[in-house]
Amino acid sequence: MATEAHAAEGVTGYIIHHLTPLHVGEGFWTLHLDTLFFSAVLGGLFIWFFKTAAEKATSGVPGLVQNFAEMLIEFVDNQVKDSFHGDSKLIAPLALTIFCWIFMWNFMDLFPVDILPLVGSMMGIEYLRVVPSTDLNATFAMSISVFCLIIFYSIKIKGPWGFAKELMFQPFGPWLLPFNLLLKLVEEIAKPISLALRLFGNLYAGELIFILIALLPWYIQPVLSFPWAIFHILIITLQAFIFMVLTIVYLSMAHEDH
Amino acid sequence: MSINATLIGQMITFALLVWFTMKYIWPPLFDSLEERKKKIADGLAAAEKGQEEILLAEKKAKGVIKEAKEQSSEIVTLAQKRANELIEESKDTAKKEGERLIVAAKAQIEQEIQQAKEGLRQEVADLALSAAEQILGAEIDKAKHQDIISKVSKQLG
Repeated sequence: MATEAHAAEGVTGYIIHHLTPLHVGEGFWTLHLDTLFFSAVLGGLFIWFFKTAAEKATSGVPGLVQNFAEMLIEFVDNQVKDSFHGDSKLIAPLALTIFCWIFMWNFMDLFPVDILPLVGSMMGIEYLRVVPSTDLNATFAMSISVFCLIIFYSIKIKGPWGFAKELMFQPFGPWLLPFNLLLKLVEEIAKPISLALRLFGNLYAGELIFILIALLPWYIQPVLSFPWAIFHILIITLQAFIFMVLTIVYLSMAHEDH
Repeated sequence: MSINATLIGQMITFALLVWFTMKYIWPPLFDSLEERKKKIADGLAAAEKGQEEILLAEKKAKGVIKEAKEQSSEIVTLAQKRANELIEESKDTAKKEGERLIVAAKAQIEQEIQQAKEGLRQEVADLALSAAEQILGAEIDKAKHQDIISKVSKQLG
């Protein structure tokens, strides 16, 4: 892929260059260093911010940092309470992490498309894709982790036999067992795939449009990129929110015994 | 656009982030939120209770004032009654004292009358004696008739 991008010139070359990750390794053992780096840095930022707030947490009058952290915590907690009725120490922190992390990934999209790759090229880095959510690996890593939790909790709450029964006998009763099983398996597998692809698709498309706008003459660019950026603020928040809410919903479904 | 080992790296990062959030971030922040909620609820409850207590206290104070008023009027009535009694009593005492004084005065007067009478009698007796002496002249020997003289003077005295 790298060599292809190198070879192509002009508009196509520019687009491909922007969508090519910085990578090392071959085949499956390729690592997208930019995705790993930016998501780790953003995760670190997230941890740093909330840790600062948590250390200074007081039940008295909260400071600015604590106020903001509490706002997010309450927001997530309300979402969790709305759809999840069990008792779990994991789901709320999980939802908070998902929401904040994805939001920060997506936020990278709002940086001008050329600025970070420019800084990168100054430091001798040829390819740099700064938005982790435009990498399928990042979105799938998250959705597959959620999927594992869904399976884990399904088996933990319902028992292996209960979970198997749910897969086999619902929704059409025992006489249509193979059909039920097929339907259920598709339903389960669709969850992580739809989660990952929805986020990826939205952000990839958004980034692509930013790149296309960047190809236009400079005097047209602001007219288009400004409204698109504003619209994008909505999209990045919405996508983070959808991912979080669906995670909560899927996990609460896993907790419900029929 | 291929799935590769980045996926595994991302999953590890994600797991670490979730673990850290679960362990060190969510509990203290959430607890402080809950604690504040509780504090506010307690404060509101206390305020409400305080208001109720004020009402109660007002009611009680009114009761106390009413009672005090009743008591004070009772005391005033009692005092008036007592004053009247005292006046009556002192009138009585004064009357008795006056009577006693009158009696004493009368007794003294009586006594003084008696004394005066005594004096007068003595004088009359003396006068009578001296008159008798003058009448009788030397005929009466004082030594001889001592008995008679003293008898008479006794009778007179």
